[in-house]
Amino acid sequence: MKLIIAYIQPDRLNPVKQALYARNIFKISVTNALGCGQQRGYVHMWRGALQEVNLLKKVRLAIAVNDDFVEPTIEGICEGARTGHIGDGKIFVLPIDECVRIRTGERGNEAIG
Amino acid sequence: MNKILTAALMSLVFAGICAADEPSAAEAVAQAVTETVSETAVVEAAAPAPVTTADLAMFAVNNLWVMAGGMLVFLMHLGFACVESGLARAKNCNNILFKNTLTPAIGFLSYAVCGFALMYPGVNWIWNNWFGFAGFGLHLPAGDPILYHNGEFTYWTDFFFQGMFAATAATIVSGAVAERVKLTSYLIFTAIYVSVVYPIVGSWGWGGGWLDALHFHDFAGSTFVHSVGGWAALSGVILLGPRIGKYVDGKVMPIMGHNMPLVTIGVFLLWLGWFGFNGASALNADPSKVSLVLVNTMIAASAAVVSSMLTSRIMLHHPDLSMTMNGCLAGLVGVTAGADCVSVGSAVIIGLVSGIIVVPAVVFFDRIHLDDPVGALSVHLVNGVWGTLAVGLFSVVPEYTFKVQLLGAVVIGLVSFASSFAIFFALKKISGIRVSEEEELRGLDLCEHGGEAYPGFQFFVNM
Repeated sequence: MKLIIAYIQPDRLNPVKQALYARNIFKISVTNALGCGQQRGYVHMWRGALQEVNLLKKVRLAIAVNDDFVEPTIEGICEGARTGHIGDGKIFVLPIDECVRIRTGERGNEAIG
Repeated sequence: MNKILTAALMSLVFAGICAADEPSAAEAVAQAVTETVSETAVVEAAAPAPVTTADLAMFAVNNLWVMAGGMLVFLMHLGFACVESGLARAKNCNNILFKNTLTPAIGFLSYAVCGFALMYPGVNWIWNNWFGFAGFGLHLPAGDPILYHNGEFTYWTDFFFQGMFAATAATIVSGAVAERVKLTSYLIFTAIYVSVVYPIVGSWGWGGGWLDALHFHDFAGSTFVHSVGGWAALSGVILLGPRIGKYVDGKVMPIMGHNMPLVTIGVFLLWLGWFGFNGASALNADPSKVSLVLVNTMIAASAAVVSSMLTSRIMLHHPDLSMTMNGCLAGLVGVTAGADCVSVGSAVIIGLVSGIIVVPAVVFFDRIHLDDPVGALSVHLVNGVWGTLAVGLFSVVPEYTFKVQLLGAVVIGLVSFASSFAIFFALKKISGIRVSEEEELRGLDLCEHGGEAYPGFQFFVNM
């Protein structure tokens, strides 16, 4: 069981979702996030004044999968989110100790699947 | 007893006064009429009638009403800005506000350069009442301002009022092409359309051209403003194509507006502005005509609100707010052509029909994959044509026939569609009319204007 956390460009969310759907990955949670990486933000002109924007808008995906779905998930996210420009985002893969489906009380691989 | 006597005496005296008064009053009137008639007859032969104080007072009142109407039409641009930005997504909000600010400005300027002279050529017809031109720029005619238009308004008021109208036709396009059109291409289109196409088509009716000679009647612009704008919107929508994500695998995906309170404010502003749009199109402050026009305008809109609410309840299973707002505007567009020449009852029927047809029209345009984010085609094009035909059906003036109304609607439709298609097509070939896919996905606010409408708020930009 792995938890895959990805930060992507907000406007790539739809392509990523489509790429994941094509790989039979439907369970996904999405939140808005602010942050920056290598790019360290950008400078923005507003009414003639320069404004430094350090925190960029990103979308954070959290997807819990069984081990055999880890690679397809990573592939899907990369396929949907990659534009080749700086700021495309990052993917983190974390181990999961336990998973419980609240409604049924199922645990482990069954609860995720 | 005393009281009765007094009363009888009083009534006798009163009757006597009346009896004595009547013939003398009638005589005085008759004398005055004869004098006036003979005076006019003499004057007509010699010089223009001298302007009386009463004439000046009426001139001031008429002129004031038309100027106030022009200001109300100006307010409609704010209404359009609210409706269109509310029905678009948050990421494109600045872009729409930008377009709606530039449209009246560019429209008014280009109308001053040559639009006004093309639309009202006066005696300067060049080709058979189809094309006339009174010269570039604005030229205040010599002579007393009161003589410019039968004591109804001055030259400047005329230009002010008509210039406001002109920009309205372009604003209709702005909504239909929203969220994907390139800003510069839209602005160039607006300048060309308002300075050339709109005024030439308008001159056929309002400028005294060939349609006017056939007794084609379009009181305040169901055809000359709304359907002319609507046809241009149609060609824009066809050449642009739908927004990304609107039609996926043949299915219609809803792309929801981001601010319904703003849409509602916009519709109310347009509704209010319409009292100037229709009311001042009487071109004077004639009490009975203007008051009837205002009642017809209001009652048609009310009927359309109710009928579109019911239609959306039946067709879409909910009383849909955006459809009802479209319905209100549809009723206003529908009654615009005949507001001065139909009975109040007929205005109700016109409004009811407008409200009913606007709902299936929105669904129809979606079915054939014409992506119109604000419903401009259904409101302005479909109901502009309906309102024009309705004059032929309901007019109390027998000269306005259905045949001529149909002819006008068809010819003007063909010409406006063809010319707007040509302009958009040329722009598409020269500089492109659509933003890149990346810009469309990120939002036009960031890409075209370098700033957001709601900084500090975070939306899912994929919406």
